[in-house]
Amino acid sequence: MSVLVYLETENQSLKKSSAELASFAKALAGSEKTIGLCVNASDAANFTSYGLDELIVIDHPAQTLSAEEVAQLVAAIAEEVSAIKVIIGSSADARYYGSLIAARLSASYIPNVAAIPEQRDGELLYKRSVFTNKGYAYTAAKASRIVIGLSKNAFGIHENNQPLTLSQRSLDLDTPKVRSEGVEKASGKATIADADVVVSAGRGLKGPENWGMIEELADILGAATACSKPVSDLGWRPHGEHVGQTGKPVSTNLYIAIGISGAIQHLAGVNTSKVKVVINNDPEAPFFKAADYGVVGDAFEVVPQLIEKLKHFKAQTA
Amino acid sequence: MKILVCISAVPDTTSKINFTDNDTRFDTQGVQFVMNPNDEFGLTRAIWFQEKQQAEVHIATVGESQVEPIMRKALAIGATKGYRIDAAPVDGFFVATQLSALIKKEAYDLVICGRESIDYNGAMVPGLIAHECNYAFINTCVHLEIEGGQAKAIREIDGGNEKLSTSLPLVIGAQKGLVEESDLKIPNMRGIMMARQKPIEAIPAIEVAPRTFDVHFERPKVKGQVTLVDANDLDTLIDLLHKEAKVL
Ligand SMILES: Cc1cc2nc3c(=O)[nH]c(=O)nc-3n(C[C@H](O)[C@H](O)[C@H](O)COP(=O)(O)OP(=O)(O)OC[C@H]3O[C@@H](n4cnc5c(N)ncnc54)[C@H](O)[C@@H]3O)c2cc1C
Ligand SMILES: Nc1ncnc2c1ncn2[C@@H]1O[C@H](COP(=O)(O)O)[C@@H](O)[C@H]1O
Repeated sequence: MSVLVYLETENQSLKKSSAELASFAKALAGSEKTIGLCVNASDAANFTSYGLDELIVIDHPAQTLSAEEVAQLVAAIAEEVSAIKVIIGSSADARYYGSLIAARLSASYIPNVAAIPEQRDGELLYKRSVFTNKGYAYTAAKASRIVIGLSKNAFGIHENNQPLTLSQRSLDLDTPKVRSEGVEKASGKATIADADVVVSAGRGLKGPENWGMIEELADILGAATACSKPVSDLGWRPHGEHVGQTGKPVSTNLYIAIGISGAIQHLAGVNTSKVKVVINNDPEAPFFKAADYGVVGDAFEVVPQLIEKLKHFKAQTA
Repeated sequence: MKILVCISAVPDTTSKINFTDNDTRFDTQGVQFVMNPNDEFGLTRAIWFQEKQQAEVHIATVGESQVEPIMRKALAIGATKGYRIDAAPVDGFFVATQLSALIKKEAYDLVICGRESIDYNGAMVPGLIAHECNYAFINTCVHLEIEGGQAKAIREIDGGNEKLSTSLPLVIGAQKGLVEESDLKIPNMRGIMMARQKPIEAIPAIEVAPRTFDVHFERPKVKGQVTLVDANDLDTLIDLLHKEAKVL
């Protein structure tokens, strides 16, 4: 028996999320073997710090695999190594192939897992967020296999140096039903899913022409930019930036909300972020109740000042 | 083209979430139920196919009779027939198995689900259906065109978009972007009147063991007080973020 963790790669490198996923797999495995699986990773041999016993690297001619191919691959390897627990992350791709892996393995599928499971009355209960973070369920798996989707930043990185057996191989996969015709991605820009900091702005900014300072602030912080729903509905910003209950979830270290009132639908999607900073000229804005730090003030005055001060701070600490 | 839109009834987005019976059950008291927002985007696109490409649009919900007002709304928006699979949804696998049985029987060409339901956020029903029915599957779908059994689609990925192509039959996970917020239809009087005549067929659920069980629930911890920083003293904010919160 073993625990299998699927690690995503980008440009031939393991993604940053891999460290947390492997740490979680190790903690869950206890004395069982912890096995990683990834595709086309040239840096796999260096991945020795997070407790994996073995890392299987699949060589595949395609740069990235489709969801169907990932599902076939992970299910096949899970069978081969007799993995009872299969761990995946919470990226947009993971939310795509997760159910397909579970279906292939006839497994229980528990996404949005927020912690290491607890024993209760002889059963392992997985804490997962439900109602878009307005509650948690403690869920038991009823099938003999389980696919676990770990929420980002839910467990953290736990170092655990250990010798790693690397095995490199290829595997034939069926032709997927859905074909990729190309990916469009802003290059060099941090994404909401991966960034440690997200700078988000709302209708308080008055119009799309005022986003220059938001982008500048994000640049200095190496942050991704995001927005409230009406801002994307109005076409001020692209849909991909819409965060909240009906948009993208944000679970980052630092979330800075500028000119966003903090409606319940917005908060639901961002409140698992560790530290929230709110800048709003209305001291009664509901977001202040959900924030860790707040500045009551006009964004058009506060943000430019904050940019200057952060530049200074970064220059000093660099 | 025969289209099925799978619709789940979820608590209104402004609902306060409480649990009852010793925290073993979601407390529906005082909660207003609505059509899952992702499903509403999907339904609107389905009606577009009905109006522009002579598609036939059915809806299905796994739920007990209290979901019917939401199904009626979908019929008032334009779907022509509803199936209510008569069972309380236990988990995503249970729901997907029920819907798959109907889909196989009716041989739908296109099945539109939401990317996730905003109650249990499983994001699993469409993928499980696709596997069970052996259909193609496109998740987080923000654009869909169909011509002669061929589908061209765009899905949202982290930080961008991916163009995809496939053939029917197909399951998609819909979300905002598939249609715009401003395209969403509010049922008009005529639609509401017509919906009263449209059939909602209740069908018995098939026996299937769910694969997960929610043993108990918990509300998130209440947050501490916000630390306010003066707008003229942003150095203090940076200092707090650096030294206290350790995020800079
Ligand atoms: C079904 C449904 C789903 C929804 N899903 C989402 C979702 O996923 N995400 C989401 O974000 N919303 C969602 N909403 C919308 C949500 O209810 C709010 O309407 C929305 O979040 C408000 O956006 P906002 O804060 O940008 O705008 P507003 O509410 O207009 O707030 C603007 C804020 O800016 C402040 N402000 C104004 N001028 C300045 C200034 N000069 N400097 C500083 N501050 C200023 C104001 O004090 C105010 O607090 C949903 C709504 C529904 C009905
Ligand atoms: N009880 C249900 N009846 C019909 N469709 C459902 C039901 N539950 C979920 N779905 C569909 O599956 C999608 C994803 O739901 P979920 O996997 O629960 O997040 C929803 O947006 C619906 O389209």
